[in-house]
Amino acid sequence: MCLGIPGKVVSISPGENQAVIESFGIQNKVNIFLVEEEVKIGDYLVVHAGYAIGKVNLQEAQERLKLWEEILVAE
Amino acid sequence: MLLIITNDIILLAHGDGGLLTHQLLQKHFLPYFNNELLGDLTDAACFPVQTGRMALSTDSFVVDPVFFPGGDIGKLAVCGTVNDLAVSGARPAYLTASFIIEEGFLLASLEKIIISMSETCREADVKIVAGDTKVVGRGQADKIFITTTGAGYLLPGVNLGYHCIKPGDRVLVNGCVGNHGLAILLQREELGLDSQVVSDCAPLNKIIEKLLHQFKGVKLMRDLTRGGLATAAKEIALASGVDIWLNEAALPVEESVKGITGLLGLDSLYLANEGKFLAVIDSGMAEAAVSALRKEPLGKDACLIGEVETGKGNVYLKTVLGGARKLDMLAGAPLPRIC
Amino acid sequence: MLNNFQDPGMSRQILQKLIPLAEKVARHLGRPAVLMEVCGTHTMAISRSGLKNMLAGYLELKSGPGCPVCVTDQKDIDKIIILARQPDVVVATFGDMVRVPGTNSSLERERANNAQVGIFYSPAEAVTFAARHPQKEVVFLGVGFETTIPAIALSVTAAKNQGLENYSIFSVHKLVPPVMKVLLGDPELRIDGLILPGHVCTITGRKTFDFIAAEFNIAAVIAGFELVDIVEAIYLLLKQVLNGRAETVNGYTRLVQEEGNIKAKNIMSEYFEPVDALWRGFGMVPQSGLGLRKVYSFYDAAIRFPVEAPESLPPKGCACGDVLKGKITPQGCPLFAKVCTPLQPVGPCMVSSEGACAAYYYE
Repeated sequence: MCLGIPGKVVSISPGENQAVIESFGIQNKVNIFLVEEEVKIGDYLVVHAGYAIGKVNLQEAQERLKLWEEILVAE
Repeated sequence: MLLIITNDIILLAHGDGGLLTHQLLQKHFLPYFNNELLGDLTDAACFPVQTGRMALSTDSFVVDPVFFPGGDIGKLAVCGTVNDLAVSGARPAYLTASFIIEEGFLLASLEKIIISMSETCREADVKIVAGDTKVVGRGQADKIFITTTGAGYLLPGVNLGYHCIKPGDRVLVNGCVGNHGLAILLQREELGLDSQVVSDCAPLNKIIEKLLHQFKGVKLMRDLTRGGLATAAKEIALASGVDIWLNEAALPVEESVKGITGLLGLDSLYLANEGKFLAVIDSGMAEAAVSALRKEPLGKDACLIGEVETGKGNVYLKTVLGGARKLDMLAGAPLPRIC
Repeated sequence: MLNNFQDPGMSRQILQKLIPLAEKVARHLGRPAVLMEVCGTHTMAISRSGLKNMLAGYLELKSGPGCPVCVTDQKDIDKIIILARQPDVVVATFGDMVRVPGTNSSLERERANNAQVGIFYSPAEAVTFAARHPQKEVVFLGVGFETTIPAIALSVTAAKNQGLENYSIFSVHKLVPPVMKVLLGDPELRIDGLILPGHVCTITGRKTFDFIAAEFNIAAVIAGFELVDIVEAIYLLLKQVLNGRAETVNGYTRLVQEEGNIKAKNIMSEYFEPVDALWRGFGMVPQSGLGLRKVYSFYDAAIRFPVEAPESLPPKGCACGDVLKGKITPQGCPLFAKVCTPLQPVGPCMVSSEGACAAYYYE
């Protein structure tokens, strides 16, 4: 049960643990209290039931894309 | 005798057939709905008829909220019935409108709804020729319900029906699906999403008449209201005993609708539309019909989305992955999920 | 860059590589490999993509107890229904729960009978609703796995900070690892690999699921929720099976870390403690649920509204557990299509529209 959608942070209100994220052109207010790392504008957060549960590691995402390329050229 | 203490809300007395009813009619309905047939205020509208066949349709509107982005219950009440006639191959001519209003409803809101109905009637070129107003006590209705009945003349030479559908026919839609249903759902305060999805509510009779006039190969049309595209396609497949294959990659859906349906776990195939129709058309004319539709504002996102195959009344979605997903009728109104 | 994850072209290409691999594994095993996902969102994604049928014959995809709504026990639903009947109580819930049946009713039916049932996307919105309606008692249905539980815990924090006295939680939360241990511990279960729920793992961390290999010697891959994530997870599982390996591999590295979200785990254990819990189709699973700790009993709806549901046994013979484990097909269940139908479902495999029995019923 765990629909989670990534969105890009467009603004942050640190005092209230709130951020506005944008996904598919839609802006949404989310609670960022649970995110352990510092949240910066431009970060991608995965949101479940109004709460961000984690920050997307873009470097890992890049690695993944590379891995798929490798799968595709594999035997 | 002091009859009116306040003139800002609807009272039970507005529906008692007496002085207030009369005032309501004269001050709030007739200035907007006025036409030679209604203006008589007789018990029935009488009008001459043309030769040929007529189409008759009725629908009740109970939408909550009454006002939503892209429309209101009044516009919806006109479009809904006009579109039912239009997809049946008729040119809508006359409407009746019956109002059930909960006491305490704001007169200003009622007037807004009436203005919206009259504007939509003008756009669709139809007349409201008879009407009725009842007021019920608090809690006996939710704000306002409207029932419209529409009569229209079947366009000469147009012959639509399930029996016309043959394997090889193509399926088209006049634009993006899912907007109305989602716009209504997002108005719920509990969802806390500020996103502005606008209802597609619009009268389709003119664009459909043009299409039917230009393309004799149109076999059947449906407006994609409750139950959405998937339910309409399933009904067509069942009634005509064929299979319909829809192509997921070709389905037009607005980016914002895609995003929110993803977020809430909804499926735009099952969301209601109020300005969309599906047409089954002879394959030889399909591409030309889409090009023609795209020249119209209400058809600018028209697409070929599928085709008819021999079968047993099933609807399949050819997924972007290349697989097949069987589509059934809507089972229960779409609800936001977290799972 | 994240758009690349939504590109169906990549999924199709990996799928082209996956099918010959699945054939190879099937030859190696002497039968098609059996893989199971344990997440409702994976179930939906697989069903909506048509993936199961595309792979039929090459490998078998099964759905485990991955939908917390579907596994909420009938008794708990009955209690929720009685709660909904209390005057001034507003039952606040995710939309998923509204149609799940209890013994004689559902929240949908109760709403029709004048109960107040509010559908919320976020528990935070339910707190806002409670603040706006001080004369109502807002009871939030705490349904969900590890992904959802921290959010619900934080809604209690929010209610506390706002001094709200009319917000409480009815906790039927469930934990994924304990039920998986029950499932995998069944000696008759035949599963070659597990697709693990990416968002549950985001909270728990990858290491939590090392027991799958260590205790049960089964391959596992944590998967994200784009099609390409799922297709890749299947590919990586087949590789493990072919090479005779069993490890819990993180296929969702862009979100899941070894230790998980420690902040979220701390919040969870600050508010909740493990309790024995009933699972529809599985029965009692020790320490597989979470209840509010005593210090937060003020926010515990079960304590504030001590309702008892009349004793009512579910129809005997529900074999969802066996269907989930793959011991029998839905038709092997004595209730299937007779007592248990999509409109009157008994077990979780029929409750979920994507469940094994519901899917079978429609075919």
